[in-house]
Amino acid sequence: MNRFATLLDRLAYEGGRNNKLKLMTEYFRSVGDPERGWALAALTGALRFQHAKPGIIRTLIAERTDPVLFALSYDYVGDLSETVALMWPARSGGLDKTREAPALSAVIATLSTLGKAELPAQLARWLDQLDETGRWALLKLVTGGLRIGVSARLAKTAAAALGDRDPQEIELLWPGLAPPYADLFAWLEGRAGRPMNRDPVPFRPAMLAHAIEAEELAALAPADFMAEWKWDGIRVQAAADRGAGGSGLARLYSRTGEDISKSFPDLVDALHFTGAIDGELLIERNGRVESFNVLQQRLNRKTVNGKLLTEFPAHLRAYDLLVEDATDLRERPFAERRARLADFVARLHEPRIGLSQLISFASWDELTAVRADPALAGIEPDTVEGVMLKRRDAPYLPGRPKGPWWKWKRDPFVVDAVLMYAQRGHGKRSSYYSDYTFGVWTRTQEGDVLVPVGKAYFGFTDQELIEIDRFVRRHTVERFGPVREVMHEANAGLVLEVAFEGLQRSTRHKSGLAMRFPRISRLRWDKPPAEADRLETLEKMLERIESTRSVEAAHPET
Amino acid sequence: MRPEDILSPTPAGLCCAPGGFHIDPIRPVNRAVITHGHSDHARPGHGNVLATQETLDLMRLRYGEDFAASVQALRYGEPLKVGAVTITLHPAGHVLGSAQVAVEHQGLRIVASGDYKNVADPTCAPFEPVRCDAFITEATFGLPVFRHGEPEREIAKLIDSVELFPERAHLVGAYPLGKAQRLVALIRRAGYAKPIYLHGALESITRYYQSRGIALGELRLARDAPSAELAGAIVLCPPSAVKELWSRRFPDPVTAFASGWMRVRARARQRGIELPLVISDHADWDGLTATIAATGAGEVWVTHGQEDALVHYCATHGLAARPLALMGYGEEDDADTAGEPGEPP
Repeated sequence: MNRFATLLDRLAYEGGRNNKLKLMTEYFRSVGDPERGWALAALTGALRFQHAKPGIIRTLIAERTDPVLFALSYDYVGDLSETVALMWPARSGGLDKTREAPALSAVIATLSTLGKAELPAQLARWLDQLDETGRWALLKLVTGGLRIGVSARLAKTAAAALGDRDPQEIELLWPGLAPPYADLFAWLEGRAGRPMNRDPVPFRPAMLAHAIEAEELAALAPADFMAEWKWDGIRVQAAADRGAGGSGLARLYSRTGEDISKSFPDLVDALHFTGAIDGELLIERNGRVESFNVLQQRLNRKTVNGKLLTEFPAHLRAYDLLVEDATDLRERPFAERRARLADFVARLHEPRIGLSQLISFASWDELTAVRADPALAGIEPDTVEGVMLKRRDAPYLPGRPKGPWWKWKRDPFVVDAVLMYAQRGHGKRSSYYSDYTFGVWTRTQEGDVLVPVGKAYFGFTDQELIEIDRFVRRHTVERFGPVREVMHEANAGLVLEVAFEGLQRSTRHKSGLAMRFPRISRLRWDKPPAEADRLETLEKMLERIESTRSVEAAHPET
Repeated sequence: MRPEDILSPTPAGLCCAPGGFHIDPIRPVNRAVITHGHSDHARPGHGNVLATQETLDLMRLRYGEDFAASVQALRYGEPLKVGAVTITLHPAGHVLGSAQVAVEHQGLRIVASGDYKNVADPTCAPFEPVRCDAFITEATFGLPVFRHGEPEREIAKLIDSVELFPERAHLVGAYPLGKAQRLVALIRRAGYAKPIYLHGALESITRYYQSRGIALGELRLARDAPSAELAGAIVLCPPSAVKELWSRRFPDPVTAFASGWMRVRARARQRGIELPLVISDHADWDGLTATIAATGAGEVWVTHGQEDALVHYCATHGLAARPLALMGYGEEDDADTAGEPGEPP
């Protein structure tokens, strides 16, 4: 447990991806089975302990500490597990050195068999045997949700590095593996062959597209390509084996191969087929696709309850068919897969699964017009990010091969805003002011003032970052802790061209607006702040978005 | 005679009326008794300053020769009549030269601890509990979540990290007076023999420690070292320099900070620290409560820090306790670093 606790502790503070990988790989290298396997399970979120609830921990600490001191401490620390870990009374004479701290594998084995009634006493015994970091790690582990900034993918990548393997290979095997993954580590260390994936519904590595530029587009022949909408949801792979004699399994994977079935039981229940569909997960209500902002309301929830399922029903918009019944179609050309997909979806008669419609076009000019104004094709602009171009003759290739698939995003919204506040970034940018709050002009009783409309962290080059950083340091007018207020007056300040993907009303922001995915697209050193955009401009953009939406709502068939 | 007849809080700081002096005054006064050299306690511009020789030396280093009109050095344990009272200085274990001030008047003894820690420190005299009637304690870490643990384990964490990331410089934020030198001494005790690099702001105080016979091994100035030499090196700097322009020349730095505050994760994260080292020159919760008991004081005054919890603790242990509202102590050393942000490295 101590080694695992040290790893979690270090990962929780480390910001850099490569350094996180190095810490984990080093752990997997130096710790044996089954400890490292259980650690991998914990890091990939493969463990759940049903009885461990914060209430048990509160009771344990209340029995051992003065309530006033606990309240003051909790108020200061702000995290229950951490407060308890730090306040847990030391045994007289320090830790019991005669007894080993519990091993991670022992903790997990005990937790999975222990009844609810025995849990508090067992937790207390472990807490007595561990130091602060060990107690913190134990409490994080048992209550679920390590929240140390490590995705399942990253943990698998670190394990893959043990044997110089592509993490994709682990992703392919993963659904067929179970903790503590002794067969996986044996293979990675060259002591055994590749574990067999006996999973009837495995993940198949996704094919990704490159962004296309105007000059690249001009060189392509329209007749070689098919076009479809790039829906603004989450890319998923739906794999199922529901035929007679099949396993009855169905799973939903993210595009990196994480099993996200638990988050979308409503959609998984609708996968009544045998095969694998590549598509986009969207929220649809009354036959209408909702924007990503709506989907996000479902993604942000920790638990999936009935109300959420009813209010935000998940649907699948099918792009591609990778496997039909038992036949792998990935080597077939896109045009063929697409025709089969249309038939396949039609036969399903499943309201949750729809076909992503093709866009007919004869020339790039025609496609450009539809892309710029999706409403022409009856599409709510807010629900698509742009269009996808796919070569008719391209097989389904894992990874991001250049040429067969192109994504052609819609031009984002753009405004000129004024830099108002800056904050230092993290990791590589830790000494630079790289988080920017910007505002636009609005009229008040005191005349024109800037009102903050968003915050951007990227979009600029390293060179531009240095320039902005220098500007921030030289033009600071006030400091609030880590935040600097930067000079922003009509004739003095820095104008930032901000690009963003969408707008919605917000009660959290003073401006009443929230931007989606804002980023700095250009530095306008040339522009005096007085000439930056006004709040009215943003409000007009929002009205336009909303009016398209209401037109669509009135004519859902269009 | 009550304790508050001997010492009482005033806007200038803790005042001893019968002795005619202030302890660690924050405004210029005629006569000051200074507990230790940290800048929130030791300020320039007083008439006469009474302190240990080391504290006087450190003030001279920081503020120049004319930091006070006159000075008087007092050895630990040597009684001195000042006005109507008798004072003695006792080791506080906080930094080199740090002292508690015991004031006796008409059979009543009151001890102002200044900042203190009751654990071993190879760079200063060990803390000495003083029996007294009233004890004025600091409460920087006056919450039961603050338990500093063994500094050796934190040093091991640092050295392990250097081994794991030999291509990265390890920037360790440490207060320039006391913490930096203690860290070097602890790193040496852990068997690390390579040169340790210093930010310029740490140089003069560290050299002073060496001149007092404290062995710190080979020290180099970071600014004189080529970048390549700093890969895998341990570099000590003032806490704020870790996040400033100065840090940019180091190869992919690991940012560390040695402080009792690092016990709380949010504190470390807010500062963007990747390697928090829980090493403090202040007593932790167990240290504070053990010290209060050891003084035998029936009355406890709690100042700078988390007063509420410690006052509550005393009350539940049958001691008369109250918070003492003294302004101007505590966070000073956080800002007390060389190099205003924005200045070129």
